[in-house]
Amino acid sequence: MCAAPEQTLDLPPGTDTVTQAVIQGRVLAGAEPVAGAHVRLLDGTGEFTAEVVASPEGSFRFYAGPGSWTVRALSRGGSGQSDVATRYGVYSVDVLVGA
Amino acid sequence: MSRAENLVTTDWANDNLNTAGLVFVEVDEDTSAYDGGHLPGAVKISWRDDLRDAVKNDFIDKAGLEKLFSEKGIAVDDTIVLYGGNNNWFAAYAYWFFTLYGHEKIVLIDGGRKKWELDGRPLTTDTVTRPATTYTAKDADLSIRAFRDDTVAAIGTKNLIDVRSPGEFAGQLGAPAHLPQENAQRRGHVPGAINIPWSKAANEDGTFKSDAELTELYADAGFDDSKESIAYCRIGERSSHTWFVLSELLGKKNVKNYDGSWLEYGTLIGVPIELGEPAK
Repeated sequence: MCAAPEQTLDLPPGTDTVTQAVIQGRVLAGAEPVAGAHVRLLDGTGEFTAEVVASPEGSFRFYAGPGSWTVRALSRGGSGQSDVATRYGVYSVDVLVGA
Repeated sequence: MSRAENLVTTDWANDNLNTAGLVFVEVDEDTSAYDGGHLPGAVKISWRDDLRDAVKNDFIDKAGLEKLFSEKGIAVDDTIVLYGGNNNWFAAYAYWFFTLYGHEKIVLIDGGRKKWELDGRPLTTDTVTRPATTYTAKDADLSIRAFRDDTVAAIGTKNLIDVRSPGEFAGQLGAPAHLPQENAQRRGHVPGAINIPWSKAANEDGTFKSDAELTELYADAGFDDSKESIAYCRIGERSSHTWFVLSELLGKKNVKNYDGSWLEYGTLIGVPIELGEPAK
């Protein structure tokens, strides 16, 4: 059943990186991590696909597939976003937020 | 039903934290979120540990709900003020579930935990205890719950609303992308379903769009007011969000939530399935 996974940058053992794209990274304000930011994954049309709450280290992770994606973060300190194009494997994407 | 009856703002919630007769209840997808900080006075209900039967693959029965509410200190006449994370997904599920067992006074905090946090309002880790009650629930109202056979029978006759993301609808993803891809045995959607992702009903801060925007959203997507409706997602929480919009905000009649949703439908033997992109 559904349960919110822990947000870390250490891939859980057994993570399938052959048939999916793992998109992960940190939400940063300057060099500082933004804990508790609301991070959402948007597909190539801008449609919502998923959302997580960043860890105390600002970390987040999504499991997707090949395509064009936008990672958008919303926090009290502001919002920001980054784009990434994926096939299969692990993709690191940091998101800078500002006022 | 209307927004004024069933939805409250974070401002209202903040002003009524100590109002007698209100019981604030947090229900999150991340069942540890409450423990890290919650609204002052709010009690925790875990959708996984409290609302699901421990053995049978179903939610708890009437006696189970009576026991839960009694232990949590919720009385029949109390107004339950629900909120939660992930844009109120599981708070909406709890709203639907409590309604199914006849609790009459429930409101949802618009934007839920996310809006509360973005507002910069206080959270506390204080332990909350309320005096126990003796709660008596009503029999389950199945007019708001669809089962798998209802869903199969609805093909071509009712509004079937798939509220998952377009990628899940098309069969490219097996689950929301924040989760490992826990799949039904097959991907796709129920034939004839229209794809109206739950997210289109919400603003970025988790609050619901205006009634006018919501009305236009469903009309443009082909929602037929003359037909009965069934909403589904993967496990029934996102479709509870859409059930809330249709039934409680827009006042649509005869709307059911199929809580078995795709995790059940996509594992059934022999039922029809469609693949492909949502119609534009």
